[in-house]
Amino acid sequence: MSAVLSGKASHSAVTESASVRRLLIAGALLFLLLFLLLPLMSVFFEALRNGIGTYVEALTEPDAIAAIKLTLFAAGIAVPLNLVFGVAAAWAVAKFEFRGKTLLTTLIDLPFSVSPVVSGLIYVLMFGASGWAAGLIADTNIQIIFALPGIVLATIFVTFPFVARELIPLMQEQGTDDEQAALSLGANGWQTFWHVTLPNVRWGLLYGVLLCNARAMGEFGAVSVVSGHIRGETNTMPLHVEILYNEYNFAAAFAMASVLASLALLTLGLKSLLETRHGEALSQSHKH
Amino acid sequence: MDITLSTIDKQFGQFKALDNIDLHIESGELIALLGPSGSGKTTLLRIIAGLEFADGGAVYFGGEDVAATPLRKRQIGFVFQHYALFKHMTVRDNVSFGLRVRKGETRPDKASIRRRADELLDLVQLSGLGDRYPHQLSGGQRQRVALARALAIEPKVLLLDEPFGALDAKVRKELRQWLRELHQKTGVTTLFVTHDQEEALELADRVVIMSDGKIAQVGSVDDVYERPASPLVFDFLGSTNRISAQVQDGDLVVGGQQVARYNGDQTGSATLYVRPGDLRVAGAGDPGLEVTVLNVQRTGPIVRATVEIPPTGQRLAVEVPHLHHDVKEFVPEQTLRLRLMQFSVFAAEPEFIKDGVSTPHLIGRERLRQVQ
Amino acid sequence: MPLSSRSALPGFHLALGYTLVYLSLIVLIPLAGVFFKAAELSLAEIWAILSSERVLGALKLSFGTALIAAALNAVFGTLVAWVLVRYDFPGKRLFDAMIDLPFALPTAVAGISLTALYAGNGWIGQWLEPLGIKIAFTPVGIIIALLFIGLPFVVRTVEPVLRDTEKELEEASASLGANRWQTIRLVLFPSLLPSLLTGFALAFARGVGEYGSVIFIAGNLPYVSEIAPLLIVIRLEEFDYAGATVVAAAMLVIAFVMLLVINGLQAWSNRHKVRNQSLALPVQGGKP
Repeated sequence: MSAVLSGKASHSAVTESASVRRLLIAGALLFLLLFLLLPLMSVFFEALRNGIGTYVEALTEPDAIAAIKLTLFAAGIAVPLNLVFGVAAAWAVAKFEFRGKTLLTTLIDLPFSVSPVVSGLIYVLMFGASGWAAGLIADTNIQIIFALPGIVLATIFVTFPFVARELIPLMQEQGTDDEQAALSLGANGWQTFWHVTLPNVRWGLLYGVLLCNARAMGEFGAVSVVSGHIRGETNTMPLHVEILYNEYNFAAAFAMASVLASLALLTLGLKSLLETRHGEALSQSHKH
Repeated sequence: MDITLSTIDKQFGQFKALDNIDLHIESGELIALLGPSGSGKTTLLRIIAGLEFADGGAVYFGGEDVAATPLRKRQIGFVFQHYALFKHMTVRDNVSFGLRVRKGETRPDKASIRRRADELLDLVQLSGLGDRYPHQLSGGQRQRVALARALAIEPKVLLLDEPFGALDAKVRKELRQWLRELHQKTGVTTLFVTHDQEEALELADRVVIMSDGKIAQVGSVDDVYERPASPLVFDFLGSTNRISAQVQDGDLVVGGQQVARYNGDQTGSATLYVRPGDLRVAGAGDPGLEVTVLNVQRTGPIVRATVEIPPTGQRLAVEVPHLHHDVKEFVPEQTLRLRLMQFSVFAAEPEFIKDGVSTPHLIGRERLRQVQ
Repeated sequence: MPLSSRSALPGFHLALGYTLVYLSLIVLIPLAGVFFKAAELSLAEIWAILSSERVLGALKLSFGTALIAAALNAVFGTLVAWVLVRYDFPGKRLFDAMIDLPFALPTAVAGISLTALYAGNGWIGQWLEPLGIKIAFTPVGIIIALLFIGLPFVVRTVEPVLRDTEKELEEASASLGANRWQTIRLVLFPSLLPSLLTGFALAFARGVGEYGSVIFIAGNLPYVSEIAPLLIVIRLEEFDYAGATVVAAAMLVIAFVMLLVINGLQAWSNRHKVRNQSLALPVQGGKP
């Protein structure tokens, strides 16, 4: 065991003694076990506690299906919109010099610093019953709060920076030589973008979309505030988990939670794969 | 196509990158823009290309102002310092990119695009590598792909930014020779930026030496090397000995010794510039400078000696070809007289110049290749 | 001076215009709405809401628990980063990938699984309960949830700096006679400090606003274990929009201040990095 634990560091003059090393590794792993691995394992354990039959049933009942559909729908709108935004923002910020650029990048990151609950609240204040922008939609039959549009808006807000903040540093690192070369060879702006810029950032883009999607499908606080919790109508998967849990239907709650946890694991797997396979095509901070 | 630059100015924040640049380049010339980093040479090249825009002045291609012509319509071939090859495209796709993005009738059919790309790869001696990706090539090969790609659009002007900067010394020499031949074959007006004086002198028809955003001297290789217009140019091209001297009654005096005759009527202190290779052992009747040999190093084809002028203690570098009969004279601690075969003298102090020019100013040269 | 200097690349106005419009519609205008809404109240009214015992208690709880969790994460996160960068052990790559689990796992899932673990009958809680230690449904539970949420912030900011720190620095220190502890304290720690503080601030900022993972484990007793985001939700459910808005505005102001602090720390951290690099590699002749 000690031979395995000491590893490559044993050849260096500047490292800790084998016993200190083992103690530190053990401490770190114990911490990770208690706070990361056990919670994850317990999700699957609790989900299957009452057998596979209950598990399948919990996931196939109409309200569960409706929640899954709604989650996919909200993410299906929010992710592409933020993708287009991320690309436009990165093009402007990374490829050009202009005044107020630092301010703009800070503003793009803003939604990450806002509490999820406040992220939902801002749209309730806008479009709710006595909202300050409610007049805009008063004459139409569109309902935003406690309905689908509110859920989509809140999802867009919380996942707003993901693609942009992945692409901006990547495109800054890559510079503008490739684009200038394409233009000097006679390509127009769109050709340059499609044939040169986009292929250069494709893995970074995928990375951003992956994280954006994980958050979009898993968002709880913001969506909770605008949803109204109408079963089968405005419940996303995480909200469905909450309702089942509060009804003490633990097995069903954990069954739905296990689907979300699997999605998280899939995201992590793909993310690691991207980092190992295409690390050189991601922005500096993800190179392993 | 000929290019004319007229009163080009460029400012980056507080930094004056280019200051009132005028330059005319004849059609078919091969020009080197030479200068230390920060001298503005790359900025000038990028302004000609349309990658940057001058704050003032104009660029003319064949007499026509190109201010309104965007980069993609200028028909320039630009080779980037780090090549900027599209890494997700094969070598052939890189080379043919400029043809493939053409629209409508100007775009050749697929077969001729492929044929043209392969012709260009033949031209740059990369036949058969068309299906490789840039990362599978060596540095020198990438450089040639970048050139082939730039040539594919049949540019009117070829612009190269530090074309050999990222390559090792041996490849660099080969590519220089090759670029010279390619230029003779194609005849395209070509400008390249370099900070390597050897590269500039070896390749170019004319050299533009830049410093602090200004042109310090323009001329043929012989011009700038043999007749540097300023101490700066002298310093920049090859190594130099700088010696404090006095000009008195038509004599050039260093440390009390009469070093050479000087034909002029000025008097005062001056700085004498002489290259290590222009110092030879003086014959009995020649004017010369008495020095003591400190040490001698044999480095291949050249023997380098360090000598000292006894009264001032100033040290000079001397270079002699290893087979030259002077070599045997250089023995440590020996005293000998050196002849300054070729040198330039610049006024050391502004007030020395009668018309009040304040920069160091050339007041004379002596070129004595033959014994009087 | 024009907005931007002329560039050879096209599309600046389109990209920047789109970015600004989208940013304004989704983020800036809705966020500004909170302050418009709050401004409808007089200062005295705002003060009355903020200084009510329940609001103060909730804010104190949110800040206090976030501070403790961020501090603990600074310690354990650094330990984990150290172990992951410096030592080899079986399963290292897996553990490394798992660090990002809290980013990917929906907060509601984290919330219910941590509750299941630390409740009196849970895998961990059952061992602690006989010792008189109660975690779930107390403020300690909140700290546990925030430890989970904040861990990757510290690890992922410290890890790259630790990896880029050259071994030579430590070897030089050792060759000059410093012992291992002196080397760590005097050489390594100062170069880690900016990134460590950045990670701490990020974890703290996230912890203050966290909702989903906390509400399940907190118990949510007013004055005792009711966090500020939950109070916003409760006020909304009571249709007390003024109360919700004031608490939200207070949290937003604090979030903006934290954002400024974090930006400052990151700038400091980057300067530090550049300084270390420029010491290591003499800068090659830059571009003219």
